[in-house]
Amino acid sequence: MTTVLLLLITGVGLGALYFLVASGLSLIYGLMGVLNFAHGSFLTLAGFLGWEVGRRVGDGSWAGLLTGMLVGLVVGALVAAITELVFIRPLYNRHIEQVLVTVGLGLASVALFEGIWGTDPIQIRLPEWLGQTTDVLGANIPNDRWLLIGSAALVLVGIVLFLQKTSYGLVIRAGVENRTMVTALGIDVRRAFTIVFAIGGAAAGLGGVLASVYYGQVGAHQGTSLLIYAFIVTVIGGLGSLSGAAIASVLVAVIQQFANFYLGGTGDLAVVLALAAVLLVRPTGLMGKVKH
Amino acid sequence: MRTFLTSRRGILTGRLLVGTAVIVAAAILPLLAIDIPGVLPGPTYTPGTLTVLAYAMLIAALALSYHLIFGVAGMLSFGHAMFFAAGAYGLGIILRLLAPTGMPSEVVFLLSIGITLVVALVLGNLVGALALRVSGISFAMVTLAIAQAMNVMIRRNVGGLTGGEEGITLTVSVVPDWLVGVVNTRNLYWMALAVLVLVYLACVWVERSRLGHVVAAARENELRVTVLGLRPYLVRLFLFGTAAVLAAVAGMGFMLLQSSATPRISTSDFTLTLLVIVVLGGVGYRWGAIVGGIVYTLLDQRLAALASSDVIAGLPDVLRIPLSEPLFILGMLFVLVVMFAPGGIVGIAHRATGWRGSKKDVEEPAVLQDMEA
Repeated sequence: MTTVLLLLITGVGLGALYFLVASGLSLIYGLMGVLNFAHGSFLTLAGFLGWEVGRRVGDGSWAGLLTGMLVGLVVGALVAAITELVFIRPLYNRHIEQVLVTVGLGLASVALFEGIWGTDPIQIRLPEWLGQTTDVLGANIPNDRWLLIGSAALVLVGIVLFLQKTSYGLVIRAGVENRTMVTALGIDVRRAFTIVFAIGGAAAGLGGVLASVYYGQVGAHQGTSLLIYAFIVTVIGGLGSLSGAAIASVLVAVIQQFANFYLGGTGDLAVVLALAAVLLVRPTGLMGKVKH
Repeated sequence: MRTFLTSRRGILTGRLLVGTAVIVAAAILPLLAIDIPGVLPGPTYTPGTLTVLAYAMLIAALALSYHLIFGVAGMLSFGHAMFFAAGAYGLGIILRLLAPTGMPSEVVFLLSIGITLVVALVLGNLVGALALRVSGISFAMVTLAIAQAMNVMIRRNVGGLTGGEEGITLTVSVVPDWLVGVVNTRNLYWMALAVLVLVYLACVWVERSRLGHVVAAARENELRVTVLGLRPYLVRLFLFGTAAVLAAVAGMGFMLLQSSATPRISTSDFTLTLLVIVVLGGVGYRWGAIVGGIVYTLLDQRLAALASSDVIAGLPDVLRIPLSEPLFILGMLFVLVVMFAPGGIVGIAHRATGWRGSKKDVEEPAVLQDMEA
């Protein structure tokens, strides 16, 4: 029972990380039809810069970590917005070229990070509390999971509030439903593109700093490896659906944890099988709508 | 007035002549001592240069097989590397398993090639049958996921066959002597050339066949093809299977050339490299895949050599770091090509010479218009 509880909560913690990456991917795809292969690079860059700034403020202290998280948010949003303006916008409505450009950016940026920070991951220092565990009904849960779950929940609430309560959120929601109609009503939907990229980038940037907390290190390939899981989560949840991404993140991570523990480290395979099963039964994903 | 050279038969004969000339020129390269400083590592008869060229041709052959899926059928697959890996690993594993059986080495060698081809055919059709049930981005994701699973299995050394991270080496005792060792690099070079020509001819045959036309038509307008009473699923599956087998052929050539294989050739990054090659050369052009494959490989090799040169080491960090990462330069080059030269290298060449052939309408390929669907 305690094992199941442990696996469940650590699974939700990992799912929180997946959600931070997948939420942006899903929103961007839903609005613009672009599968962003450079998303992992937003995450990696934010992770590195967050760590660089954080350790100067206070290595291994809460102030350093919180500053790092803030830097990650800002860096992710800025880099994503610049990417949209410089690389995505000129290729407006040419989806395949947009995907190819993000593929190129992803490959090139990882190489650049390797050049700057080296190929090997760098171990980082964290506040002591994060290295300890909390007893929940007999299960010793690592404390960093609480940070992950809390941050992801805040991001989820923040994005939902933004989408529901602001006028830009309204434009974005309408754009996901029917972009042509929004344009026909005289609204410049392109500004919404930049905003969605910035939001997705900010979530990924925060995810980058939290990924370094989760793994205890920052590395040039951290974003790329998380990106593959985020893709799987996005497809399972239904491309363009935020709630789908949230549910699928937790589902995928929990399946992965349980398969890793009970089926001899086959977590990766279990996730892929889950993807195949979902696609065969329901090609649009769990919460995906059929697009017209 | 139609002269011989502008008539259809004239163009065909002309192309045949150019093609033969290129093959002959490539074939006698090991007998010559051409030295192009900065492009090749040394004179063309040296084993080092021949290995690089042979590797480039095998990558070109692999890119050609990817061109069938991406350029002709318009399907964005992120799992093509797994068939290349299936060819390389398949040959290596089966050779090692059959080596102790005591059969004559020639029989073992040919039998292994045959079995590997069958494995690739079965794998290609299984993966294709599953992935082709969905289209567009979902297709890309399914192929990515399956390839990822294969990569994980290869790295985990499932069944003790794949050698984990270390990879596997070629069992040279059952490989014909003329294909083993640095002394025979020339033969390996010719083997790679033969693989490239074989894959090229297979691509021409598939593209010119009625099936190839149906696949291309389904790329442009799937609904119309379906209404005409044809089934895009089956022809796409055949094309996917063919591309898988051709990729495995290139993979077997790779195994013989390198005498070893590592999990690197099954990663999704390797498939992304193929995508870069095909787009760099020009989507929709057979020659684009070949030119892209050779240019990319040579650039990759030369940029790596440049990175460790003194010129670069003396530069300030801002310039030194980006210039010493070949993949950074290639990635940015790729981005520029996508943004400003959608026809790739072959497209630029065509525009520069004012050539307007039958493929004019492929210049800005309408590949994957159904991505949104």
